Amino acid sequence: MTTQRRIFAAICRQHIRLSWRNGQTVLAVSFLFIAITLLPFGLGPELKLLRALAPGLLWVVLAISLLTSLERLFQADYEDGALDRLLLVPLSFEAVVLAKLLGHYVALVLPLIAAVPLAGLLLNIEAARLPILVAAMLCGAPALVMAGGIGAALAVSVRRGGLLTVLIAMPFYVPVLIFGAAAARAGLQGGVDVAVDVGAYLGVLAALSAASLLLAPFAIAAALRAALR
Amino acid sequence: MAEIENLFSKTQHARDAQCQAEGLACRRGAALVFEDVFFHLTSGQALCVRGANGSGKSSLLRQLAGLLPLAAGALTRPDPHKYTHYLGHADGLKAALSIGETLAYEAALAGQGADHAADLTARLGLAGRDWQYVGDLSAGQKRRLTLARLLLDPRPLWLLDEPMTALDEDGRALVGALAKAHLASGGMIIAASHEPLGFANAELVLGAQI
Repeated sequence: MTTQRRIFAAICRQHIRLSWRNGQTVLAVSFLFIAITLLPFGLGPELKLLRALAPGLLWVVLAISLLTSLERLFQADYEDGALDRLLLVPLSFEAVVLAKLLGHYVALVLPLIAAVPLAGLLLNIEAARLPILVAAMLCGAPALVMAGGIGAALAVSVRRGGLLTVLIAMPFYVPVLIFGAAAARAGLQGGVDVAVDVGAYLGVLAALSAASLLLAPFAIAAALRAALR
Repeated sequence: MAEIENLFSKTQHARDAQCQAEGLACRRGAALVFEDVFFHLTSGQALCVRGANGSGKSSLLRQLAGLLPLAAGALTRPDPHKYTHYLGHADGLKAALSIGETLAYEAALAGQGADHAADLTARLGLAGRDWQYVGDLSAGQKRRLTLARLLLDPRPLWLLDEPMTALDEDGRALVGALAKAHLASGGMIIAASHEPLGFANAELVLGAQI
């Protein structure tokens, strides 16, 4: 048991370390800031408009930043033989996949979400709304990573398969974005009954994440096994 | 090399371990790569797989490691997850990690603490290079680094794909010594190679004209 835990932790740590070393974390966070900086130029400098759109825009930009990082999620390991190596450890391949996805969540999603409050200021977002937005993102982001992982695994043997990954993952992103943006909007209106609404939306997001956490590792492991044949 | 010879002295693999192939066939896409492959390997034996390019040496090793499905035939072998080492062409090393970090990672995958990896660099002929990045190593040095897997985790069946490639005289001697020590402790080796392997006591030729 301790051996398996040690292997799980090692795979997770390795993924985090490589994401930092290869610059993927910095790249994704920079992408988020660049997109947020450009948005006011496209939408016009009206502060009221930006403030109203901010939560939705932040959600969309977060999702896209995440999608850009997914292409290499399994591809580097597939190409250099590290996946072969990971198939021969005394740990089920589903657990190996889960370790890598957890590493991806820590290495990429958490820094992205940490950058959201700062990026929100650029869109003139109300500070009072940030906690709910960040909470919604923390609840919903695991589902985004899992869905993206399925896309990345299915496209793993395709060179320059990034667009394919995005295409496969997109439909799974829709419910998360709908409920995520709804939670942020509900938080905006204020009042007593709204708190119930926000809780319900966060619950739905957490449920989506929990369901994908249960199902995605099996789908991803099966897709990777098929690709290695 | 005396040190290497005693390396596995504490390890004793089960004497009744075996690896047996009965009528194996392999298919890549529409092409039949090989068929009717038979062999029987028991504890302490090494098999050298030979054959022209494309005759299916690497595919056979991948089948034995459980990475490729069998097109036909039956295979009796120890569970690959626990009892098999596979060193293929793609080494799975990460250019962005240092030698020390790579060894610590390999030790963890073998279920051991990083302290087990500490004295490995000297054994592998990479002494004093802990800090060096894998991306800056030569092909032969990378090959030596992959041998760490064999040392960290005593598993009875070794599957080696071209184990001598890119290695210098000293490196070949190292592989030979490791293999002999492994066989002496009751292990099994199946290696694909174009060169004669000193430690092999049987040969399987793929794609031979009948």
